[in-house]
Amino acid sequence: MIEIQNIHKAFGDNIVLSGIDAIFEPGKVSLIIGGSGSGKSTLLKCIVGLHEPNEGEVLFDKQLFTDMTFEERVPIRREIGMLFQNSALFDSMTVEQNIVFALDMFSDMSKEEKLDRANFCLERVNLKNTNKLYPAELSGGMKKRVGIARAISMGPKYLFCDEPNSGLDPATSILIDELIQELTEEYQCTTIVVTHDMNSVMGIGDYILFLYKGQKFWEGSNKDMLQSDAPELNDFVFASPLMKAAREAIK
Amino acid sequence: MIFHHFGAYVLLLKKVFKKPEKWRIYIKEIFHEMNEIGVGSISLIVIISTFIGAVMTLQIAFQLVSDLIPSTVIGQINRDSNILELGPTISALVLMGKVGSSISSQIGSMRVTEQIDALEIMGINAPGYLILPKVIAGVVMMPVLVVIAIFCAITGGLIGGALSGAVAPNDYIQGIQGGFNGFTIVVALAKAFIFGFVITTVPAYKGFNVRGGALEVGQAGTQAVVIGCITILVCDYIITALML
Repeated sequence: MIEIQNIHKAFGDNIVLSGIDAIFEPGKVSLIIGGSGSGKSTLLKCIVGLHEPNEGEVLFDKQLFTDMTFEERVPIRREIGMLFQNSALFDSMTVEQNIVFALDMFSDMSKEEKLDRANFCLERVNLKNTNKLYPAELSGGMKKRVGIARAISMGPKYLFCDEPNSGLDPATSILIDELIQELTEEYQCTTIVVTHDMNSVMGIGDYILFLYKGQKFWEGSNKDMLQSDAPELNDFVFASPLMKAAREAIK
Repeated sequence: MIFHHFGAYVLLLKKVFKKPEKWRIYIKEIFHEMNEIGVGSISLIVIISTFIGAVMTLQIAFQLVSDLIPSTVIGQINRDSNILELGPTISALVLMGKVGSSISSQIGSMRVTEQIDALEIMGINAPGYLILPKVIAGVVMMPVLVVIAIFCAITGGLIGGALSGAVAPNDYIQGIQGGFNGFTIVVALAKAFIFGFVITTVPAYKGFNVRGGALEVGQAGTQAVVIGCITILVCDYIITALML
């Protein structure tokens, strides 16, 4: 479980987040949504420690992450898997080397065991026989899947995804969403996804945190969202005529 | 502004010299970087040093030789100039352009494509993993390159002098053997060690702190080379003043 309490973050005079509280439970896919500049990615970076919040606390299973030094954070970080917006694969390494990198660094597994683990992870994301390819030789969707394979290589307890569907076609987006949901159930990990893809919101959103102008504006499940009367939320989620029609049909 | 950057540079170095997560991985990276920085630069250093040595011989002959000065002086001046100054400094400036810009753009690209964030999320000390092998490779290989540069420059002087007729090979060889002070080699190696550190750390700092995209990565590369070259010249003066 990840708990965030009263998170504030500003860059100079620009206040990006003010007073965000939330609880992200294990085995559920939690989504952080909001318009551009609402602070979604900044909040995610504050949670994983890439940004330090100006105020507030982040707790990983009751352990106060925000007060820890880099060394103290390492055991928690080894349990974190993260999929970046642009995949952030190490471009000088092959797919296989990308996946075994963390295992090389932190485990005492033999070469064969690491190779087996890499093959398992690649199979899990439906990418067999791509071991020797370089990231530059992969399509956008394949890169995302390799990113997921790398994220699960250490058997994560916490899974973070920053815009996992950006730049993907609808069919691949759905595949990625399904994969994230399956892995969350399989590893019973606490999954936090930053997205503005409404298909993801309606498809996999067990818990949704809506940010508006750097503040927590609404939280609930995707089913609760359909009943919400908050105009800011409805203007964001049901902005397109298609989504409006879908909402009316479901209602 | 300068103090801010210097402070940030020192703090980055503090992270670079933290205990590695796994020495085996780092050693593999060190050998890889020694190959990139050292072996990959040998041909460039050989060509440049040989020509510098040849040109130096011609210029010394043109400026100094008279009936009162023996032609063996040409070899002696060429040797000392190359050992004390041209070998270490010109090699360092050339390598700052070749290796420095490469380090800066490599680390800068990793920064803007979030690869450094990915390392940190995994719990890896990114400055240590990315910069320490380069620094060790730099300080180990730079003295080797400088020794090669000095040898090539002195040999280039011999060839240049013989081909142009500026100095007879026997006189030149007699000159380079006369009045040799071994301490000049110590000075050259001390310079090479410090320059190897500058060539790797200054561009690494610039690359590590890039914000933006491809344009900023290019700008950081240029700035790294300019700042690195100035730093090398300042260090050159300080080491010379302290040791000679």
